[in-house]
Order: sequence, then C-alpha cells, then structure tokens
Amino acid sequence: MKSKTIKVDYLARVEGEGSLIVNIKGNRIKDLKFKIFEPPRFFEAFLVGRHFTEVPDITARICGICPIAYQMSSIHALEKIAELKIEGPIRELRRLIYCGEWIESHILHIYLLHAPDFLGYQDAIQIAKDYPGLVKKALELKKIGNEIVRLLGGREIHPINVRVGGFYSIPSKSEFLLLLERLKWARDAAIETVRWTSSLPFPDFDFDYEFVALRHQNEYPFNEGRLVSNKGLDIEISEYESNFFEEHVAYSNALHSVNKKGEPYFVGPLARFNLNFDKLSPIAKEISEEIGFLPPVTNPFKSIIARAVETLYAFDEAIRIIESLDWNTKPYIDFEMKEGVGYGCTEAPRGILYHRYKVGKDGLIEAAKIVPPTSQNQKQIEKDLYEFVQKYIDLPKDELQWKLEQAIRNYDPCISCATHFLKLDITRE
Amino acid sequence: MAKTKKPKLAVWKFASCDGCQLSLLDCEDELLEVADIVEIANFPEASREIKAGPYDISLVEGSITTPHDAERIHKIRRQSKILITIGACATAGGIQALRNFKDVREFINLVYANPKFISTLQHSTPISHHVYVDYELRGCPINKYQLLEVLNAFINHRKPNIPNTSVCIECKRKGIVCVMVAEGKVCLGPVTHAGCNALCPSYNRGCFGCYGPKESPNTSSLANQFEEMGAGNSEILRSFRNFNAYADAFRKESEAYEK
Repeated sequence: MKSKTIKVDYLARVEGEGSLIVNIKGNRIKDLKFKIFEPPRFFEAFLVGRHFTEVPDITARICGICPIAYQMSSIHALEKIAELKIEGPIRELRRLIYCGEWIESHILHIYLLHAPDFLGYQDAIQIAKDYPGLVKKALELKKIGNEIVRLLGGREIHPINVRVGGFYSIPSKSEFLLLLERLKWARDAAIETVRWTSSLPFPDFDFDYEFVALRHQNEYPFNEGRLVSNKGLDIEISEYESNFFEEHVAYSNALHSVNKKGEPYFVGPLARFNLNFDKLSPIAKEISEEIGFLPPVTNPFKSIIARAVETLYAFDEAIRIIESLDWNTKPYIDFEMKEGVGYGCTEAPRGILYHRYKVGKDGLIEAAKIVPPTSQNQKQIEKDLYEFVQKYIDLPKDELQWKLEQAIRNYDPCISCATHFLKLDITRE
Repeated sequence: MAKTKKPKLAVWKFASCDGCQLSLLDCEDELLEVADIVEIANFPEASREIKAGPYDISLVEGSITTPHDAERIHKIRRQSKILITIGACATAGGIQALRNFKDVREFINLVYANPKFISTLQHSTPISHHVYVDYELRGCPINKYQLLEVLNAFINHRKPNIPNTSVCIECKRKGIVCVMVAEGKVCLGPVTHAGCNALCPSYNRGCFGCYGPKESPNTSSLANQFEEMGAGNSEILRSFRNFNAYADAFRKESEAYEK
C-alpha cells in the first residue's frame, strides 16, 4: 500500500510558529495535525494585579500585527464595568483607528502573505521581480493604513494613545486632512485590488460552515454589536462563554474553540462579509456585485476577496469619518471605575476577539480571559485540511503540501495571538 | 568589476508578538531596496523559501522560555557571523518575563489547563543570557528607522549611530512641556533609553519605559520623586515592571518596592 507523509516543520508566511503533519496511507488519512509550538506567554496570568489603566498597553503586546484589536476589546470590556458609554467623535475615532489596522493587516496578508500562493511564488519579493508595480502599490496601500494608526495611535506597532475613556490626545484636523487625498487614491486602488483578487484561480472547495461575527444594526461591525451566526445564533457578548468552549489538545500550545455542539466554527473577514453584507458602504457593495461576489460565500479560499472588499470598505469608512468628524472634542471622558465584571468583543482583522475582566475595588484586575480569533478558527482549519486532503488525495505530494499551506493561510492565522492566553504549567530550570 | 556577493540575512523568532520582525515589513518605502542589497535567506514570516546557513547577519526577536528554544539559539549563533537582537523580548526578556517575579505556587493557583501538555521554563530570559550578542536594539517595539540604520551599519562594517541618551533628552529637543513637572504625571523618561522620539509625552502622557533602562540610570532618585508626587509603593513597583521588567536596573528598582 502506498503511503506518503507531508511534514511542514515551520509554516511560513503566517504570524508565529506552527507546523503541519499529514500522514496518508493508501487512500486514507492516518493522521493530520495543525500544531502550534509558539511558546506560551501567559498574559491572563500576569494581568492579574495590574491596574485597569495599564490593560490596553499590556494586551497590545499579545500581537504586533493587531494591537488595536487587543486595545479595543479590552477598553470596551473595562468601560462596561465603569458603565461608560462612549458616543460621538471618540466613538468615530475608534472606528477610524480600527480602519487603519484592518487596512495594514489585510493588505499585508493579501499581497505579501497569501498572493504568492495563488501566483506560484515563494514570497512577495520574488513577485516584485516580475511585477514591481503590483508590489509597490501594495506597499503604498499598507503604508496609508499604517499612517492612520500612527497618526491617531502614535506608532504603527503597539500604539500608545488609546486609553479607557478615549484617547490621551487627539491630533489636529489638519494632519488628517493631509491624508485625505491619499486615502481617496487608495480607495480607487482598493477597487482594483478587489477586482484583481476575484481573478485569481480558486480550487473547487465549498462547505456548510457556521460563520460567526458581530452584527450591529447601523454599521459594518468593529467595536459593538451582537454575536450572530448563519445557524441561528444571536446573543449578547456577555453570553459568549455559555455558547463557546475551549478544548486543550495535547499537541498544541493553543486552545481550540468549539460551539455548544462541540463543532468548529469560522470567524474572520469571510464570516463578517457573509453576515453583514447589507451594512457595507454603497461602493463596497457595488464592486462586490460587479464581480459577482455575494453572500453566502462558502469557499474559504475566497477569503482573500472578502479581505479585499473589507479593505475597500475601510478606506471608504476612513474617508467618511475624517470628512464628517466634529474635531472640537475632549480626548477622553472622565469616569470612575467600579467593581465588577465586564465583557468586550470586537472584530480584529482575523475575526472576533473576546475579552472578560473582573475589576476589584482598588481598580486592580482580579481575573482576565482572552479568546483570540485564531484559536477560534484552529479547529475549523484542521477540518478544512482534512477535507481538502480527502478530496485531493491524488495530487503530487509537493503540490498537495503547498495547497494545504495555502488552505491554512485562508484564515490568516496569527499564531502569536493564539498561544498567548494559555494557562501555565511549570517545569523547573 | 565582479559582482560582490550580497550579505545573507536571517530573521529568527522566539517568544514574542511578531511586532519587531514586522517592523521590517513595515519599511514600506525601503523594503524592496533592502531586498536588493541583502539576500533575505531565511525569513519565514515573509517567505516559504529557506536557504541554508551560514548567515552574515541574524536578527533575533523574542525571549527564551522553553528548553527547546534554549538549545535552538545556540544552533543559530553557530550559523551567524553577526547576531543582532531586536526588541525588548530579545534584549530583556519582554513582557513575558513578568512570570520571573511570581511565586511558583501563586501561579499554579491560576492554572486550570492540562499542564502535562506544555513544556516551559520558569524564567523568560534575554538572548544574551544564552549566547554572545553582537548588538542589542531596544524598544517594544523597535523603531524601524533604527533597524535600517543598524542593518546599514553592519553591512558597511561601521558602528551603528544609535543615541544612548534618555527619552528626557529627546523630549527637551522636541520642546515638549515636561508632563511630570507641569502636570504631575508619573514618567519614566529620565531613566528610559532614547529611541521613540519622546512619543508618549508628545501625546500628553508619561513615558512607560518601552525602550528599557538607559546607561547608568538613577532609578531610585526617580522613584523618590514619584513618592513625593504621591505615588504608592505598588504603583511605583508596577511602573518599573513592564516590557523591560527583567532588565537589571528596572528589576532592582521594582524589587526595592516589593519589600
């Protein structure tokens, strides 16, 4: 009986350290593991005893690619405890900084991490040798996303300007107006990006997924909403932990999330797109319709198109916010912290990011729980890989391996994130 | 003239958030030029093509936290002519070094996962505790322009031009009104290594020490000042115990307020 083993010791073009092992005997998969060996960092443990004002600066350090997501989920959870509801310009500016993060993260993934798979290159620098214009445009788009974060957050990675109650300070309107012309160029370039992603070759691979995302009555979701799915889920953020559970498996340093029935579910751009298409801005809807990209999309390889549509939306939304904002605002709202438990869930570039905190009477954190999007997708990724191998078991080994890597990258997994909430075990030095 | 061989660059990751190596990809204007000058031979975050060592320059991100990584760093050192650590994790143990201060029993009480599945060391330590390091670039995260300067310097066999003064000096140069003197905010600027261009004071908040201690910092004098401003022991302790908690000067000062 013929057997083959696919072994990827260090998965490339993802954030963090993961590996893949597939063992095939004859026409059957004997073993398949998507393994995370990124070392655990125990954030939930050392958040205990810290002052609530330090939380957004600490949780940002979980991920260098999506620090804003960590800051947003943590401040929204903490503001729930303080019974603080942020409206008006500060709420809008939070959406703006999130637009910046979606743009830089999505463009990084579309062009630098995922496109090489579709085009058959090892990396984007090799693409640049044949198509310099394409990569230069991508880098310019990414730069503009980063500039939104830098202007409002102070720097691209681990921004310093976000606090519970608002911002430490708000840059002047003129600095944003300088960005406006470039944002308009970028919006046009993003339309081209959507069209271009839709022209890529996609393997035939569709499944009946449970997509989970936030849904807000008035807007495409960033910071607020109810948690909904295409299978009838419709809950408050505070009910997250009674609907989703985590399993700890032996071969991975990250926990796997499952739904109530113990099944995997799918979070991220494709889930958001499928559940919130009606809330996209007119231009994002129009271009999606033009390329025939309409919900429900059930091929995970097409996540790259959803990411491009969201990038277009984020540029459009950033322009709307900058043009309509009332800039005469105090940077933050004064408040008094209370004791209690608060829940926050926001849409990180890779999907829902859940935080829960318990604050004591001195403002110190007594308990913390963080569930990042990649650990929620991990079980689904494994299932996709399993199905893909079954369906394409006759592909030559090298081609199958590359396709499996591509299938993992459909989820833009951030392995650094997925590991960092893990609880501790100790071995002595 | 014969074409000279490009220096080979490798980028390695240990326990970290990925942010410092992302800084290289965040050099949007310079990335393709960098790729012209050096051969990016091993950078898994960006490419699935891995060229074998030895490497002329290795950039190392992250701290050592597992027995496996404590071995891996030696293998990397052996393959690298120049080894440069990038960021607070690699130069000081990073935020995950907060575990180093915890009583083991206290930590076990917080645990409910299956401990037998995981292997981790009690301490998170910087790369220099394990192997010789040619240059340490600080910051949580690093400053991408400083990264380019350090790469440029080593490629051209010269000393990197990285100021080792304090954030305070950068703040004065920028003409910012002192947030500590004028507004009574706790600020680590006087003892923190320069590199961020006084970012936090520019945004109206005190420095919280992303770049770690500067050379010979007078942390106890600063801590006394915090006390005079009304800060309690636990607040002072926490202010020195962040992303560079295990850097000597900050570690000693925070321990002084633990007693």
